[in-house]
Amino acid sequence: MAHVRVAIVSEPLDITAEIERVTTGRGDIGAVVTFTGLCRDEDGRLEALELEHYPGMAETEVTRIAEQAAKRWEISDVTVLHRHGKVKPGETIVLVVTASKHRHAAFESAEFIMDFLKTHAPFWKKEHTAAGAVAWVSAKSSDDDAEERWNTVD
Amino acid sequence: MKLLYFAWVRERIGTAEETIEPPRGVDTVDDLLGWLRTRGEAYDLALAEPAAIRVALDHDHAEHDTPIAGVREVALFPPMTGG
Repeated sequence: MAHVRVAIVSEPLDITAEIERVTTGRGDIGAVVTFTGLCRDEDGRLEALELEHYPGMAETEVTRIAEQAAKRWEISDVTVLHRHGKVKPGETIVLVVTASKHRHAAFESAEFIMDFLKTHAPFWKKEHTAAGAVAWVSAKSSDDDAEERWNTVD
Repeated sequence: MKLLYFAWVRERIGTAEETIEPPRGVDTVDDLLGWLRTRGEAYDLALAEPAAIRVALDHDHAEHDTPIAGVREVALFPPMTGG
């Protein structure tokens, strides 16, 4: 079973440290795939995103998704880190690191984790605009479609 | 039973959490949503579109027809937008 590391944090995420944590002292890893989800400024309109989460369930649900990926693909390590609180444009919201002997397992498992995280992990984004307005971000049906494809393709 | 609300559900209801004992006959998530709507205008507004409400029972996602007997923590929230 793969080593799974999940954390919901309020501090900036450090991708280099996370890759090193996975690969240091290991000779059996042939591929590391990372996904970084960033906060966009929406052409200057957005000042910050505020991420609300369900403490307790967020960790549980993200761990569940990571473990599902570890069962489905031969990966030796999976790391999922997610921010909560205020995030500024250019900052990282989510970081996924998967490691395996061969690249396909690392690529596919990282994508699977992101697709399920979008629809199942209890996080909600609120936009704070430069003009001072605040609004909850709506869920996208394209995210449901992205998740659905894992149920039909193997 | 502890109830937790998140995002715009929390804002519309006006509280993040509360402890309640639903009356007899409130057996499923659907029943609970219906009963909560009778508790005041804020609840009615927040839960006016039950299809837009996602539910977790003791940290597990659940459908609206799921029984709530024995559940300690119910969370109500809009579709998730993390990642």
